[in-house]
Amino acid sequence: MSTTYLEFLRAELVPGLMEGLWTSIVVIVPSAALGVLIGVLAGVLRVYGPRPVQRLTEAYVSLFRGTPLVVQVFFWYFALPYISLGGHSIVLDAIPASILAFGLCSGAYQSEYIRGGLNSIKRGQIRAALALGMTTRQAVQSVVLPQAFRRALPGCGNEIIYLIKYSSLASIITVGELTGTATTIAKNSWRNIEVFCTLGVYYLTLVTLATWLLHLAEDAMSVPGFERHKS
Amino acid sequence: MDFTVAYNAAHEALPYMLGGVVWTVGLIVGAMLLGLLLGVPLAVLHVYGPWPVRRAVSVYVWLFRGIPILVQMYIFYFGLLSWLSGMPLFSGLGLDSPFVAAVLVLGLTSSAYQSQIFRGAIQSLPAGQLKAARALGMTDPQAIRAVILPQALRLAIPAWSNEYSILLKDSALAFTIGVVEIMARMRAIASTTHEPVSMTFLAGIIFFALTWVGVKALSLLENRVRIAGYTRQGAA
Amino acid sequence: MSAESLIPPVLEARTLGKTLGGNRVLDAVSLALPKGCVKVLIGPSGAGKSTLLQCLNFLIPPDSGTILLEGREVNGKSRRELCALRQQVGMIFQDFNLFDHLSALENVRVALMKVKGMSKLDAGELALAELARVGLADKAALYPANLSGGQKQRVAIARALAMDPKVMLLDEPTSALDPELIGEVLAVIRDLAQNGMTMIVATHQISFSASLADEFLFMEKGRVIESGSPTELLRRDSGSRTLAFCAKISELSGEADEMGAESLI
Repeated sequence: MSTTYLEFLRAELVPGLMEGLWTSIVVIVPSAALGVLIGVLAGVLRVYGPRPVQRLTEAYVSLFRGTPLVVQVFFWYFALPYISLGGHSIVLDAIPASILAFGLCSGAYQSEYIRGGLNSIKRGQIRAALALGMTTRQAVQSVVLPQAFRRALPGCGNEIIYLIKYSSLASIITVGELTGTATTIAKNSWRNIEVFCTLGVYYLTLVTLATWLLHLAEDAMSVPGFERHKS
Repeated sequence: MDFTVAYNAAHEALPYMLGGVVWTVGLIVGAMLLGLLLGVPLAVLHVYGPWPVRRAVSVYVWLFRGIPILVQMYIFYFGLLSWLSGMPLFSGLGLDSPFVAAVLVLGLTSSAYQSQIFRGAIQSLPAGQLKAARALGMTDPQAIRAVILPQALRLAIPAWSNEYSILLKDSALAFTIGVVEIMARMRAIASTTHEPVSMTFLAGIIFFALTWVGVKALSLLENRVRIAGYTRQGAA
Repeated sequence: MSAESLIPPVLEARTLGKTLGGNRVLDAVSLALPKGCVKVLIGPSGAGKSTLLQCLNFLIPPDSGTILLEGREVNGKSRRELCALRQQVGMIFQDFNLFDHLSALENVRVALMKVKGMSKLDAGELALAELARVGLADKAALYPANLSGGQKQRVAIARALAMDPKVMLLDEPTSALDPELIGEVLAVIRDLAQNGMTMIVATHQISFSASLADEFLFMEKGRVIESGSPTELLRRDSGSRTLAFCAKISELSGEADEMGAESLI
């Protein structure tokens, strides 16, 4: 305890956490993109797909929403290499394994919001578009999607905010992101409270920033009848 | 991979894994109750309190919703609680136990979320309810206890069932500070048996079953306390 | 009669049949809409009025029968022919079906641009003119969430009119409106009729439609069971089903009290 908190912060904590922050971003951004991609695909299939495909996507969603993310992370990193198909097995490094785990799990949640957005559009509006002579494709493009996007945005954005927090689980499989770096610093310095509280501030900042960006996006897309619900 | 070997390993591990269910259920029950105990007054203060109090509740909610559960586990277990239990005043209270830390973290976080659930439920009640109660001569605290909360708590049950399944999944993080719940036992067995595939599936099935049982139980509760004319839709 | 038979009707349906969920909702219904005529569909709910109207532009594909636009049979299997038919047949819905994410102007403009390929500027000008025609030029920038029911329905009418349809199908255009908002929509419809628009209207507004219609079609259980001019069918001694039905709903809506029973004639 020779150095003060501020000195410790400046000399060790901030440089270490900055490096971790970068790794966190390397994990979060592709996971979020993967999650949205899978979510849109699964959401559209759940609403418009043929019956068997609907069933299949429902099964995917309930499987990934029904089990803890940490179990899924563990599976992709530790268990996957043990599954061999014809003598080949897949071994993923820690970062790709986390991205895969986060993306697949997030996609299951995202698909719920996409589905909700698609279902929120009254069928009558599609009929009205067709009655004006639009093709189904034109109706989807200019009536369904713009509305579904607005309806799904708050949920999808929140899911990405959750993802920021849950990206901390990557530290469990040795990824040196924010939490992983903090754990290492804490072990070496024995200054647990200072290290982990500072870590908390990092996440609070990230989450608050993301929430603010989401609100900006919602407000920019807002038209009467699609306003942001103030919470 | 050999399915017979995998099956036998899972079969052998089952009793040990099920032993973890006790801890998991303990975590969830403790956390949900703590969350309820704190969440209801927080919600009432958030709706009816004077503005500095409302502001303080907002900050509380912001803090617990903004920091990952895993980080909170570290802050509480390795930081705050181990520091507190080192002080003579708090020694011997079991504050240094991982289980207590995990229940505190899950419960406090849940209270932040539950306060939002109850706030939504209270605000969805027609304003006339409070007016009618005042017109009968009730004080505000009386009206909240006798009129507002009985309705709001019922409306909140569907959201509560969602909160249960979130807590169940988050409780798996308690293994990081040494609570021997399902996830911790799964990891231990997977590394000794070299059967991580069957063990993750086993753990997955157990969590799945717990989700199902809890959601079922809460929907039974919902039916039990239902009042004619009150429907799920009202909770939106 | 002979002149009429030389010029084909704008829209004609021959022996339309439709079964939905085991119910015969349309049973060999035929009707013709000569240019400039106004026909009114009445009958109890569930009689098949709405299904009939939606079969006329294939929003609900009929199981059997044919649709002819200006004497040419429409091939319901061809997407191109369907879109062409729907461009020329305007439709008004009971619940307006405005596009919620678009302003009144954009609601009218969107199909002009997408379907007719008009430029944004031209489409906007035309849209504004159509909104002015239904008395809503000053509401062009408002979104559906900020419009009253009557205003929404008038925007929907402007949206259909902008496509320059040859015929309009109106499916209970005032049924979802508060009583005090019905008048403004009826005024727009009356205006259309007086300007020679060919129309078929399903409605429960008896006295209004009696003053406007060339022909009443009374539907029950998927069939047109009575048809004729309103004066003919609503004469007090006609003994028609139409009269009995109209008397009943007029009484319920209080219309008879206001106008006196004579107005039914």
